[in-house]
Amino acid sequence: MRKNFARFAMFAMALMLALSACGQPAATQAPATSAPANEPFVFGMLYVGPYNDNGWSQAQYEGGLYVEKQLGAKMLYLDKVNPADRPGTTPDQLAEELVAKGAKLIIFSSDDMKDGANAFAKAHPDINVIMTSGDQVWADGKNYTATPNMTNIMGRMEYGKMIAGCASALSSKTGQIGYLGPLINDETRRLAASAYLGAKYCWEKAGKNAADLKFKVDWVGFWFHIPGTTTDPVQISDNFYTTGYDVVISGIDNPVNLGEAQKQTAEGTPSFGLAYDYVAACEAAPDVCLGTPYFNWGPEYTKAIASAQDGSWKSQFIWLGPDWSNINNLDTSLVGFENGPALSADAATAVKSFIAELAGGLNLWTGPLNLQDGSAYLKDGEVATDQQVWYLPQLLEGMEGLSASK
Amino acid sequence: MLKARLKNLAFQLAALILAFGAVSIILISAGASPWEAYKNMFLGSFGSVRKFAEVLVAFVPLLLVTAGLLVTFSAGLWNIGVEGQVVMGAIVTTWVYRLFLESGWNPALIIVLAILGGMVGGAIWAALTGLLKTFGGVNEIFGGLGMNFVATAWTIYLIFGPWKRPGVASMSGTEPFPDEFSLPLLANLRLSPWALALGLIAIVIIYFLLQGTYFGLRLKAVGKNFRAAYLLGIPTWRYSLYSFLICGALAGAAGAVQVAAVYHRLLPSISSGYGYLGLMVAMLINYQAIWAVPVALLFAALNIGSIQLPIVMKLDSSLSGVLQGALVLFVLLMEGARQKLIKRAS
Repeated sequence: MRKNFARFAMFAMALMLALSACGQPAATQAPATSAPANEPFVFGMLYVGPYNDNGWSQAQYEGGLYVEKQLGAKMLYLDKVNPADRPGTTPDQLAEELVAKGAKLIIFSSDDMKDGANAFAKAHPDINVIMTSGDQVWADGKNYTATPNMTNIMGRMEYGKMIAGCASALSSKTGQIGYLGPLINDETRRLAASAYLGAKYCWEKAGKNAADLKFKVDWVGFWFHIPGTTTDPVQISDNFYTTGYDVVISGIDNPVNLGEAQKQTAEGTPSFGLAYDYVAACEAAPDVCLGTPYFNWGPEYTKAIASAQDGSWKSQFIWLGPDWSNINNLDTSLVGFENGPALSADAATAVKSFIAELAGGLNLWTGPLNLQDGSAYLKDGEVATDQQVWYLPQLLEGMEGLSASK
Repeated sequence: MLKARLKNLAFQLAALILAFGAVSIILISAGASPWEAYKNMFLGSFGSVRKFAEVLVAFVPLLLVTAGLLVTFSAGLWNIGVEGQVVMGAIVTTWVYRLFLESGWNPALIIVLAILGGMVGGAIWAALTGLLKTFGGVNEIFGGLGMNFVATAWTIYLIFGPWKRPGVASMSGTEPFPDEFSLPLLANLRLSPWALALGLIAIVIIYFLLQGTYFGLRLKAVGKNFRAAYLLGIPTWRYSLYSFLICGALAGAAGAVQVAAVYHRLLPSISSGYGYLGLMVAMLINYQAIWAVPVALLFAALNIGSIQLPIVMKLDSSLSGVLQGALVLFVLLMEGARQKLIKRAS
């Protein structure tokens, strides 16, 4: 009798078969009706987090929408592409799902998908790949592999982070700035260091003593919180705010620090935060948000996808700064900075003039600069090369926090 | 007899209808068509050779875990620690790879060693839970849960610590192994026929072990009535440990396959939850090996097919988990109802 009980499996299979048998005709009809030659170019995007994460993935999603509008193309996407949210899958496998649905180009939009993007590009030479934030096709980079169907696109967020650091230093009463770091790698080290350089510059420019500025980085372990695996960024933010750090800059994929700043402010200690990645991220908590350095992927994705469409595709490494004529021009600038409502009028003026200085050629990646362990990084007057910036081996001297994992 | 069969059939059908009905209600309340959802899931798992190959990729570790759990369940043990045993299998496999990566030995030999290492790792991890139960009086459910946490914590430590990629601290995992250290995959697919063979051989062996051997009979005696088995002269604690060892080795093999054929590196969620999913499969098939293949295949298909939901319908993939859970729940519920009915009738 017990044996019979298990028969449900048969029925389950039978049911699935029956369902599909009925579903089949509709499925085969669909392509037939949408066959005309003028069908839109289909591109696929993979996001590491939720498409509406108010941060990195949402900025990617918005970039995709921009491409759709500009080119009349069609976007397919899959979000939460990481092994914790989609157990048993790999990014290359998920990209193939998008290709099966008609995608002719795939955007792997997170550093976490690097291995998957490489495997996919190799296995599908006929499909073009944009590997965001990667350096695989940077001929002068350390990880160069000629991959004709791959392009890397990244914004010089160093500028955005410098501005964020500046806004923090101008707003902090305690002179203690916390940086909510994601995982540790080249990118996150150089961005945390940029925030520090901006903070230090504006702190000193305001006539304060450099020795009174504290800048500490604490790392989560991933781009966002994965319960049971990473450290909780809410906890980290809370630790910062309750130990005298009155500004926390988010370096992770979403601005969870803002919520803690609100809590702390409500308890009587005015505290602030900076969001990251997504232009409208401050809206989560405008009353404590000093601003958002953000990526505006639309224009660059549009160019790359247009080139795939018209056959002029070339494998490129693109690492672009803001459009200095207007860093918030959403049709031209890959990197921008949106002031938050909590930024005071005075600070906003100072931030504005700092941006003008950067636009005028001010380069904070200029020596003398030492690495965290005291070893020389840049000699007096020496300007960091792109390689030196991209592959910053440690945090800079003056910053607290781990440069590599223990 | 025929009447009883028909009655059983009715109960099983009712369970299925209830499970699909419950999930359909959830779908409708989310404004989606259940029909579309089921159709997309089916096409997403059986719609093409490539998709079916992906289903098999998920099927192999699930089948290995289920095969192992059949043994512990037969011995009356709730081996919740199977998840940790998968993880430990993956850890040891990675460790063996790292040991021999630069030895210049034949990659095939290293792959075999790595998988065997994973099986030993899983077995040892299971044995620890077994020893805790036999000699420490710690129920295997709690012991296993604890060991799961330890295994996961260990993975994270290794990935962020001694095995990290140079200059990187990320839960993305360790540096991938070179291609030649992968279990050979079918051309243009991610499926390894060797892994598939391993899974199928395992379930066949377990089937015969449980159905056709003296060992299996004794094991089941221990599971049915521990005390009676003991009084009849079966060394019960030894049989409990054997079952842990076998299950651990198979779970370890699942972890090894995840490293050697799927991810080619160690990452925090290396088990992909197959341990817990295997527990559900084992419960659903009422611990009968003969049903392990179709049901594990169904569950793997649900997992892979559900990827279509967010792409096509903007629904969350976790729907497959809801459906799997609902199936287990309603089948157990209907079995309970059926037995109550039988009792009342007699």
